[in-house]
Amino acid sequence: MLNIKCPWCGERPEVEFRCGGESHIQRPGPHTEVSDEAWANYLFYRDNPKGVLFERWVHSGGCGEWFNVARNTVTHEILAVYQMTDPKPVLEDPKE
Amino acid sequence: MSAYRLENGGYIDRSQQISFQFDGKKLSGFQGDTLASALLANHVDVIGRSFKYHRPRGILAAGLDEANAIMQIGSGAESSPNLKATQVELIEGLQARSVNAWPSLKFDLLAVNAVFKRFLPAGFYYKTFMWPDWHWFEPAIRNAAGLGKSPDQPDPDIYDKRSADCDILVIGGGICGLMAARLAAESGANVLLVEVDSAWGGSALCWPTLIDDSDAASWCASTVAELHQKPNVVVLNRTMAFGYYDHNLVGLVQRLVPAQSDGLTPRERMWKVRAKTVVLATGAFERPLVFPNNDRPGVMLASAGASYVSRFGVAVGRKVLIATNNDSAYESAFVLKEAGVDVVALVDARASAASEVTQRAQDMGLVIISNSTVTNVKGSSGLRSAEVCELNADNQPVAKSRRSIQCDSVLTSGGWSPAVHLFSQSGGKLKFDDETQAFVPKRSVQNEISIGAAAGIFELGASLAHAQDRIGTVLKSLNLSAKPTETSVSKHAGLGAIKSLWSVEGEMLDRPGAKAWVDFQNDVTSSDVKLALRENFRSVEHVKRYTTLGMASDQGKTSNVNGIGVMSVELRCDPGDVGTTKFRPPYNPLTIGAFAGRRVGENLNPLRPLPSAARQIELGAKLEDYGGWHRPAYYVERGQSEHECVSKEVLATRNSLGLFDASPLGKIEVFGPDAAEFLNRIYANNMKTLKVGRCRYGLMLNENGIIYDDGILARIAEDHYLVGTTSGHASAIADMLQEWLQCEWVHLDVATSNVTTNWAVMNVNGPKARALLEKFDSSFDFGAHAFPHMHFREGELEGVPCRIQRVSFSGELSYEVSVPWGYGASLFDNIMVLGEEFAIQPFGVESLMTMRIEKGFLHVGSDTDGMTVPQDVGFGRIVEKKTDDFVGRRSIMRPDALRSGRRQLVGLDVTDGGDALPIGGHVVDQGQSPPTASRGWVTSSVFSPTLSKPVALGLVEGGADRIGDEIEIWDLGTRRRARIVAPGAYDAKGERLHV
Repeated sequence: MLNIKCPWCGERPEVEFRCGGESHIQRPGPHTEVSDEAWANYLFYRDNPKGVLFERWVHSGGCGEWFNVARNTVTHEILAVYQMTDPKPVLEDPKE
Repeated sequence: MSAYRLENGGYIDRSQQISFQFDGKKLSGFQGDTLASALLANHVDVIGRSFKYHRPRGILAAGLDEANAIMQIGSGAESSPNLKATQVELIEGLQARSVNAWPSLKFDLLAVNAVFKRFLPAGFYYKTFMWPDWHWFEPAIRNAAGLGKSPDQPDPDIYDKRSADCDILVIGGGICGLMAARLAAESGANVLLVEVDSAWGGSALCWPTLIDDSDAASWCASTVAELHQKPNVVVLNRTMAFGYYDHNLVGLVQRLVPAQSDGLTPRERMWKVRAKTVVLATGAFERPLVFPNNDRPGVMLASAGASYVSRFGVAVGRKVLIATNNDSAYESAFVLKEAGVDVVALVDARASAASEVTQRAQDMGLVIISNSTVTNVKGSSGLRSAEVCELNADNQPVAKSRRSIQCDSVLTSGGWSPAVHLFSQSGGKLKFDDETQAFVPKRSVQNEISIGAAAGIFELGASLAHAQDRIGTVLKSLNLSAKPTETSVSKHAGLGAIKSLWSVEGEMLDRPGAKAWVDFQNDVTSSDVKLALRENFRSVEHVKRYTTLGMASDQGKTSNVNGIGVMSVELRCDPGDVGTTKFRPPYNPLTIGAFAGRRVGENLNPLRPLPSAARQIELGAKLEDYGGWHRPAYYVERGQSEHECVSKEVLATRNSLGLFDASPLGKIEVFGPDAAEFLNRIYANNMKTLKVGRCRYGLMLNENGIIYDDGILARIAEDHYLVGTTSGHASAIADMLQEWLQCEWVHLDVATSNVTTNWAVMNVNGPKARALLEKFDSSFDFGAHAFPHMHFREGELEGVPCRIQRVSFSGELSYEVSVPWGYGASLFDNIMVLGEEFAIQPFGVESLMTMRIEKGFLHVGSDTDGMTVPQDVGFGRIVEKKTDDFVGRRSIMRPDALRSGRRQLVGLDVTDGGDALPIGGHVVDQGQSPPTASRGWVTSSVFSPTLSKPVALGLVEGGADRIGDEIEIWDLGTRRRARIVAPGAYDAKGERLHV
């Protein structure tokens, strides 16, 4: 079980959170101009890296805030926690 | 076997006699005994039958590595299956039963399996029982191969859970673990020290040791007592670390005494501990030697033989032969010899060499037979002799050198395997160490250290020095320090120069039928392992699954490394190249109760009560679970069927007045300058145009365009909406709104608040609803023009803040009256009292559903499924007209969402004069029988009390264009006739709503 550092509440166990999947997904629009393929990519296609994955999590059992987490999918090491509106950080993964 | 209780010695209290039963036989032991030691002391040699061949088995070990002594403990609801006799503390009245023997231990009919054992090699399931059908054989095989039985009554015991965190978690209360805990405690760190056994001391309980010139047991006792006194230390025995998870989370299960349920004390407590550093002082397991018939009762681990003497005052035999490939068994031999047991010989696989231990052995008068090993044991009831052979340069026994030595038990040591289970679960990598012939920790992934035998250091003095050094490093990393104490320990044999000797086979001695056991509990022999390799199963994981090696409840504690050794010999490679199988939690079996904790029975998924809950029971409501709420299905009338009760409620409501506690309805307030813009993006229909004080039905999609929820929205002010959701979706939608606001539309100035349980809602329903509400002292004008259908008003009712929406799911004049939750019960009561003159009738969910089906209103989840888009339920024109984007907008433009022939919601008018249509019945074209295409199905169906005929809704392919078509409903061989109609069998024009 992960130990996640909520930017508002500090380190809390994973059971207090919910993972919302990959972050930094751009919702395409306007809808009248989005191709079926682009829409399908947005809806269904996600990265599944062996290494760093940028995810969004919500402290559902706590403050209710969403934030981003950079997590190594192999070691489960959490490399960064940052605001929803922050850009994707550039990380050097020591494990890779 | 001729085990017996010694006159002296052991940490048992000979003045405290304890009686217990084994297989119905009355026996007695002493305070401090385990079930295993007490059975040995009572000369019980056969304690069970083996899993596959039903061979008689005796006790193998003294700890949780025991493979044979699997017991059913207790009876009735308190019965626990598959406990190891070596872990069961003896208590007064304990009832133990052997498992896996039928009809009895002494006379096991299934022992014929042993005669036919050549038919049951590795993979026999896959090869033998394929024809005609595995399921034909399965029940008999399962019966033959079963272990204990789970009790058939609910567990009466209480189980508890708690979370904790600490700086240093020390797992293992042996000498190294205690030393580590003491140093950590002195540094001021928060320390949690756990030991799976009831007794502290680990190997000191097996081999007597002097620490600082005092007996190790008293050193352990005083150290534990000292730690108990410290405020920064928690000390738990009978506590097993069963799993090592991410981010240094370790799962513990603490067994609490008394073992018998007193209804107050939990039986077990599960701890979830987050530690900054974990110290693994988990010790090591001795490996048995693998030789023909090594599974016979009377063959045990050497350290177990020493433990039974040192800890329990039990000698495992009168004439004991000890066989080994390392020095540690000498230490065990000394223990037995000093207790007065006749050690007939020390058979050592290694060439003779002068060393401290051999010298000591000779000084004690022990006979050492070098360069030899045990190759067989004999004796039909009880061991009589062991066969010993010399080994040649290739480690093969020399047949002509064989000789027989009389003995009644054989103790073996094939080396030691560090208990690296938790280390490995943490992600740590192992290596095979040639010098110790053991898998040892190589590289850590999480914050942990291994010390003592768990680190592969088997000599106590060296172990302690290493442990102190490692703890010093850990403390430094936590900015703490403690001064290592000078501790002198008595010289221990350790492992010495171990010689690799993985197995001796019957084939080597021209006795191919004599099998050598690797895994006792799952009955896997060395020839099974070799067969798997011959059949080209090369990966250790494949060999494990094909042979079932290490898959028993002991998870191969004594067998895995021996199996890997046998593989390495056959594959001519290093055991390290074979590798280990993956170590997974739990380290040792634990109860499901420990995982369940207090979440059992009604606490598993507690139902939420209505504000009027107490009154519901008085009114005779049949309460059921609707989306986590305890709500009335209908009100029970004596002697009447459910349908009759529902009919009465429906007719009373339609003719006069009904009351429904609708409090679970989801209520989410949405505030802010961008509230209208936001909700317009959330709903499939336009929400910007909704006028203040009015309500609108809203359809909510998910991003895949599928209908997710529906409800009534009210606009309270320009920048303030009240979103109504279905009862089951309230919190999920509250979460979803926040996800969109926080993650996607971050610039919208909107706040939301889920107020579902702030407001109780009483739905006053029926033609007399207005007349009833007018009887209240309120600020509302209920006049038809002042407060029309689909309008929202705020005010006061009997001096209490009140919100009213005039909306209807029944098709009648209907008001949803909201008051603060705490006033809900009294509002319900007042409506009931004031409604008497209108013969008010409370109604339940079933009646509401009946009325909405009569009315043709859809119910999301009943009349829609995971493929239903708005166009399928008559919302095509509405979404077409809306030019703005909204959640799911692009998805309902997909070709599939736009194609003709989609399943659409329609009404079904029954034309055959029969009863209600079966829900789920398939719509087929007239005159067709299966096999034929299903054109859809019935989604909602009741016999309408109002119309005195069946009414139904269904999803039918191209349904909107087929109004008037005659179709048939086919369900489980029955055939019904119906006509497709527009939904809404009752008051299609809505005249009853606008009164």
